[in-house]
Amino acid sequence: MSVLVYIDHAGGKLKKAALEATTYASKVAQKTGGEVTAIALGSIDEGALAALGAYGATKVLKAGESHFDNFDAGAYTKAIAKAVEQTAAQVVIFTHNSSGKSLAPRVSARLKAGMVAGAIDVPNTDGGFSVRKSVFSGKAFADYQIHTDVKVISLNPNSIPVEKGDGSAAVASFDSGVSAADFRIKVLERSTSTDSIPLPEAELVVSAGRGLKGPENWGMIDELAAELNAATACSRPVSDVGWRPHHEHVGQTGITVRPNLYIAIGISGAIQHLAGVNNSKVIVVINKDSEAPFFKAADYGIVGDAFDVVPKLIDAVKAFKAQA
Amino acid sequence: MKVLVCISQTPDTTAKIAFTDGNTQFNKDGVTYIMNPTDEWYALVRAIEVKEQAGGSVTVVNVGTADNDPIIRKALAIGADDAVRIDCDPKDAYEVAAQIAEYAKAEGFDIVFTGKETIDYNGFTVGGMLAELMDLPYISMATHMSLEGNTATIDREIEGGQEKAQVDTPFLISANKGLAEQRIPNMRGIMMSKRKPLKVVAAADIAALSTISSYELPPQRSSVTLVDPENPAELIRLLHEEAKVI
Ligand SMILES: Cc1cc2nc3c(=O)[nH]c(=O)nc-3n(C[C@H](O)[C@H](O)[C@H](O)COP(=O)(O)OP(=O)(O)OC[C@H]3O[C@@H](n4cnc5c(N)ncnc54)[C@H](O)[C@@H]3O)c2cc1C
Ligand SMILES: Nc1ncnc2c1ncn2[C@@H]1O[C@H](COP(=O)(O)O)[C@@H](O)[C@H]1O
Repeated sequence: MSVLVYIDHAGGKLKKAALEATTYASKVAQKTGGEVTAIALGSIDEGALAALGAYGATKVLKAGESHFDNFDAGAYTKAIAKAVEQTAAQVVIFTHNSSGKSLAPRVSARLKAGMVAGAIDVPNTDGGFSVRKSVFSGKAFADYQIHTDVKVISLNPNSIPVEKGDGSAAVASFDSGVSAADFRIKVLERSTSTDSIPLPEAELVVSAGRGLKGPENWGMIDELAAELNAATACSRPVSDVGWRPHHEHVGQTGITVRPNLYIAIGISGAIQHLAGVNNSKVIVVINKDSEAPFFKAADYGIVGDAFDVVPKLIDAVKAFKAQA
Repeated sequence: MKVLVCISQTPDTTAKIAFTDGNTQFNKDGVTYIMNPTDEWYALVRAIEVKEQAGGSVTVVNVGTADNDPIIRKALAIGADDAVRIDCDPKDAYEVAAQIAEYAKAEGFDIVFTGKETIDYNGFTVGGMLAELMDLPYISMATHMSLEGNTATIDREIEGGQEKAQVDTPFLISANKGLAEQRIPNMRGIMMSKRKPLKVVAAADIAALSTISSYELPPQRSSVTLVDPENPAELIRLLHEEAKVI
């Protein structure tokens, strides 16, 4: 099957999510016999796009007009739908991140193509086309059977490892037919912190809860995260009272993460919190209460006071890095 | 402003998740149902605030069976004016979105609200599909909205940051934490909700594009390995050598 993958980029650079999505697309194409075409909208260097060849893309379509530098899911959808038509793509891949979550459903509805949001594995094509995703906030998996000829999949970040080979993709300019008049949303400003790692993409996460007592105590959490090159997260009550920003809130009503390592400090492990993190590969819990429910969901644990343990842990990480 | 809020019903956040019929059906036994949290706490309340500010009406819509009537009544008790239930048991997000679009297209809503995502099937899908089917601009994951005349200024969450955008009515917005403060229905609201109209309409002939063929519970974690609090270096060693995550 011919596969089209949407390339997410920021500040002229490919996001890691784009490399994962291209790797995934090439696995789908290998399975079903077909080629991978990538599509990128807005300002990005052609060299960066050609590099997608190493991840399995044969061709990259680029619509570089400056109006695409404003994200508008409606206008983007028109461009992508045209690319689907032009490449006769039967599978269209997005990342399940903020732009993909807005785009993939629109593209799906426009094309009347069945979709799976937040896929965690490559499709199973034995006698159908089924895709696995997490449901019930990480408490179960479901296999979705897609019944339409064209299929849309958004891939959960951190679900498959990026695979890099050789090769370079041919970049061609793409006439999307979308003009500035198609943009109905005016983006006034965008602020992203470039020094921290976006939480949904992070491989390591350091998270803290009400056990930290107050916002003034987050210094050691930030320091541990910085030493580990991890993103920071928090429990809901912590963001509810404004100790930490909303976008750090993980759990059933916050965001769901699936890092390789989730370190929970001073978090009790309520079912609604676990729902957002229990698909992490390894969970470490630091809590002064040995009865805290989180220990039941953990791989490693330290029963102790965070104010004693975390500074020692920071020293241990520093020592580990020094000898590595 | 004529406002529509899409509300869905989900299992309570503490519900035990289990399956029947050879892992093909969700086991509803003993499960209590609630209004999906982002729909109730943020989308519905922000919609009511729009009416309080600019006048107009708030309609809630649900695609589902009569089992959903209690959460629809709750939305009326919180302050919606009327409700529509499209009577069917939808199989996927497309079916939900297409049913709502079919009903809403001719109604001339100025703002359509959804929650960002349901906590059962975690799609983050219905809002985008509905926006496309109704040909509306779509701003997802909104954390703040101010309205002046027909122009809304909206903050939305993006990876590792925020975006501020402007859009004119009509548009579709999906609600995230921050957009409003949860409201608890009071006695008067509950009494009034009984007299507010809940219209049940027949479903249009629309088929799902996907279906769930089976479920699986995640593997159990083996029991926790405890490390001496005086020796966190041991934890680092285990994470490096045994778990191989650092
Ligand atoms: C509908 C609904 C949805 C919800 N959604 C979410 C969600 O998405 N995400 C979420 O996180 N919560 C959610 N919650 C809230 C959830 O039920 C819990 O209340 C919340 O997760 C508790 O946060 P916490 O663990 O930080 O605080 P607490 O439960 O107060 O736990 C604090 C922990 O810190 C430990 N501690 C205290 N002092 C120290 C110390 N010095 N050193 C080490 N440990 C210490 C304590 O032993 C305790 O275990 C939801 C609740 C409801 C009803
Ligand atoms: N059956 C339904 N009826 C009405 N609205 C729904 C229904 N299912 C989902 N929605 C709306 O769509 C949003 C996103 O749902 P989902 O795509 O399932 O994550 C929810 O927060 C609701 O606002």
